[in-house]
Amino acid sequence: MINLEIPKKFVPLVGQAHQVAEEVFRPISRKYDQEEHAYPKELDMLAALIDGMNEGSGSGAGAAGVRREKSDGDGVRNGSNMSTVLGIIELCWGDVGLLLSMPRQGLGNSAIASVANDEQLERFRGKWAAMAITEPEAGSDSAAIRTTAVYDEATGEYVLNGEKIYVTSGERADLVVVWATLDRSVGRAAIKSFVVERSNPGLKLDRLEHKLGIRASDTAAFILDDCRVPRENLLGSPEIDTSRGFGGVMQTFDNTRPLVAGMAVGLTRACLELTERLLREAGVEVDYDRPASTQSAAAAEYLAMEADFEAARLLTLEAAWMADNSKPNSLQASMAKAKAGRTCVDVALRCVRLCGSLGFGQELLLEKWARDAKILDLFEGTQQIQLLIIARQLLGKTSAELK
Amino acid sequence: MSMAERSMGLSLRALGRLAGSDVVDRLGVRKPAERILYRATRDGFKAAGAAGRTFKAVNGNGKPKRLPSAAGTGLFDLTPTEEQQMLQESFKAFGQEQLRPAALSADTDAQAPAELLAAGGELGLTMLGVPDELGGAVSERSSVTAVLAAEALAQGDMGLAVALLAPAGVASALALWGDGDQQATYLPAFVEEETPSPAALALQEPRALFDPFALQTTARRERDDFVLDGVKSLVPLAERAELLLVAARLEGHGPVLFLVETKARGVLVKAAPSMGVRAAATGDVLLEGVRLPARALLGDGDPTVYAAAVRRARLAWCALACGTARAVLDYVIPHVNERVAFGEPIANRQSVAFTVSDIAVELEGMRLATLRAAARLDAGKDAAREVAIARTLCSEKGAWIGSNGVQLLGGHGYVKEHPVERWYRDLRAVGVAEGALLV
Repeated sequence: MINLEIPKKFVPLVGQAHQVAEEVFRPISRKYDQEEHAYPKELDMLAALIDGMNEGSGSGAGAAGVRREKSDGDGVRNGSNMSTVLGIIELCWGDVGLLLSMPRQGLGNSAIASVANDEQLERFRGKWAAMAITEPEAGSDSAAIRTTAVYDEATGEYVLNGEKIYVTSGERADLVVVWATLDRSVGRAAIKSFVVERSNPGLKLDRLEHKLGIRASDTAAFILDDCRVPRENLLGSPEIDTSRGFGGVMQTFDNTRPLVAGMAVGLTRACLELTERLLREAGVEVDYDRPASTQSAAAAEYLAMEADFEAARLLTLEAAWMADNSKPNSLQASMAKAKAGRTCVDVALRCVRLCGSLGFGQELLLEKWARDAKILDLFEGTQQIQLLIIARQLLGKTSAELK
Repeated sequence: MSMAERSMGLSLRALGRLAGSDVVDRLGVRKPAERILYRATRDGFKAAGAAGRTFKAVNGNGKPKRLPSAAGTGLFDLTPTEEQQMLQESFKAFGQEQLRPAALSADTDAQAPAELLAAGGELGLTMLGVPDELGGAVSERSSVTAVLAAEALAQGDMGLAVALLAPAGVASALALWGDGDQQATYLPAFVEEETPSPAALALQEPRALFDPFALQTTARRERDDFVLDGVKSLVPLAERAELLLVAARLEGHGPVLFLVETKARGVLVKAAPSMGVRAAATGDVLLEGVRLPARALLGDGDPTVYAAAVRRARLAWCALACGTARAVLDYVIPHVNERVAFGEPIANRQSVAFTVSDIAVELEGMRLATLRAAARLDAGKDAAREVAIARTLCSEKGAWIGSNGVQLLGGHGYVKEHPVERWYRDLRAVGVAEGALLV
C-alpha cells in the first residue's frame, strides 16, 4: 500500500542521529571549518558509540552497511538502506564535513561492505577505510584511470603505481581502497579495487587540499610508488571479465549515491529551517493554502525551495527503498543524486540571499552550508554524470553513443 | 509642452473622466450604467440545465455514510495494491486506446464526445470515491486510487480526463461531506446511471491572483434560504452540468460550498474555452440571485471542509500533470532517438539527452510528492503542506516539461501533427486551475 511517511520503527534512530547532529556536530561546526586539517577528536567517542549501535541494531546512523539484502519474500522491506539514509540526512543537517570525517564510516567502508567476501569482511572489520578513485587526469571519467596494478607471481602481491587525489579522510583512515587497472588496453573491465593499508610504505601522502567547504573533512593526495598489496586484498574477482564490464566496481554507486543524496537532503533542510526562522523574525510566514502569488515574494520563494527539497528527499527515499527491496535502482539512485545535488546548492545560495548579511556572515552557519553544499553536486558523480547515466538508461544508449 | 501635446492630454483626461464614470456619478445614473456594463458581460450566457434532470430531494435519510481510512502497515512503500494496479492498467489502456485518438478533435471542438462520457460511466469512475453501501465501489478512503486513476487517464488526454473526472469529484465530495439527505438525493445520479450526471466543482473566479480563500461570489441568508451572486470560471462541462458544487463566501462566515442544481433560476452558463484542457468543455457560470434551500449547504459550512476541498482539487490537478508529463516523456524518447541531424540521432547530443533526463527527474519528484499528499489524506493526516508542495512542483515543473516536450521536437512540436503542442497548453492549466474536480 502506497505510503511515503517514515516508518515508526525508524523514529528512534532518526531521533538519535538528530541529537548527535545537534549536540555533537553543530557546536563544533564552525571550529573545524576554520581549523582546516585539524583532527576533530570529538568524533572518536561518537564513532565508538555508532559502532555499538551498528552491532546492536544492524541499522547504523552512519555510512556503514549498504550491502544488498536478499528479499525475505514476506512483502515490502524497510531495511538498512533506508535507515542509513535517514541517519545521514539527520547527521548532515548537523554538518556534512564532520559526517565525512566520522571514523570507520568512510566510502571505502561502503565499498568493502558492499563487495568484499566474507573473509575480507572479517579481516577489515573495525577498520576505517577511505576511497581513492580520482586521479589528476581522470575525474568523472573513472574508466580512464592510469594507476596500474601488476601481479607479482613470486610474492603473490599486486604492485600499484600511480597518483590518487581527492581521497576523503585519506590521511586519517586505516585503509585506502584504491582503484587501479590490471591492463590499460582493456578498459573498464580491467579496473579493480585494492585494499591498501595506510601504513604501507608505498602509499605516500603528497598533500592535504585546501577547500571551498567541508573543511572539517580532510582531502588527501597520494603517490603510489611500487606499493605492494597482498592478493587477498583485491575486492571482487581477479579475472578480467569484459562481459561484466564496469559492473563490479560501479555497483557500489547504486548503493552509495542515495547516501550522498541523503547528505544533500540533510544540508538542504538545515538551510530551510534556519531561513524559515529568520524569515519569521522578519515577519514572513508561509501559508500553505493561499496561492503563492498572493503572498510575499520571500514566502513564494521559500515554498518553491521547500518543494524542490521535498522532491529530492522523496527521490532519495525511493532509491533507498528500492535497494532494500532488491529492485534494480541505478536509474533512481542517479535521479536522487542529480536532484538532491542541484537542489542543495540552489537552495543554500538562495537562502543566503534571502537572509542578507545574516546569511552571508560567519556568525551563523548558512554561509558555511552554502560552501559545503557544492561538493554534494560533485562527488560520487557530478550532476552531469548523473544526467548521463539517466539519459543512457532512458534512451537505451551506450556510452559510445551518448558521450 | 507644446500646445498640441497639452490638448491631447486634455482630451484624454476628458475621455478618461467619462469612461471612469465621474460624469455618471454626478448625474446619479451609476446604477443604470453598471447595468449596461453588466449586460455586456452577460452576453453569451444562457440558462443552464434547461434540458437536464430534476433531482428529487430526499428527506429524513438519517446519518451519512463515510469511508474509513485504510489501515496499512506504516512502512514506506511505493507499491500500489493489487486492486489499484488493476485499475491503473485498465485506465491506462482506456487512455491510450480511447482518449488519445479522440483528443485532437475534442480539443478543437472544445467538447468531450458523449460516447466517451458514457464510457467513463462504464469504467465506474464516479464510484471510486463512494462507499459501496451507497452504490459506490470502495470500502476505504482512496485518494491514492483517485490520483492513480487521474494520472492514467491524463496520460491519454488531460482535457478528456477532466471531463470524465469532474462528476467523480462531485460524487466524492458528497461521499466525504454530504449529509444523509444530500447523499440520498444526489449520489444515485452518479452511481446508478449509465452516464453519470454531468457535474463539477465550481471554485475558480475570473481575475488575476485569484485566491480561493478570498472569494467574490457571495451567499447571503434570506430567512431559511441562501441567495448566491457571482461569476465562476473554468468550470468543466459547464453547459451541460446538472449539478455544481459552488464555492461562495457566506456573509459573516467565510468560504463554503453549495450544491447548486443548474435548473435553479438565475444560473446562467456560457462556454468559455481556454488555452488548454479544452475537451473538458469549460465555461463560465453566472449566478444571479440564485435562491437555494438551506439543505444546499455542504458540510454545514465547516471551514475545514472547504479547505479540504480546495486541497483535494489541487491534488487532482497534480495527478493530471503527472499523467500528461509522463505522456510527454514517453513521446520524446522515441522521437529524439529516431530524429537524425548532423548525421546521428539527436539523442546522442548531451543538450538533448540531458533535457530528457531532467524531464524524468522532475516528473518523478512531482509524482512522489503527489502520492505522498494523497496517502496522507487517506490516512486521515493533515496534508496542507504536502498538497502545497505537490502543487508547486506540478505547476512549475509540469509547465517546464510541457515546454521542453515541444522544444525537443523543434518545429514539429509546434504543429498539431504531434500532440506535444496540446500537452504544452494542457500542462499550463496546473497551477492556474482551482477546483473543477477533486480526488
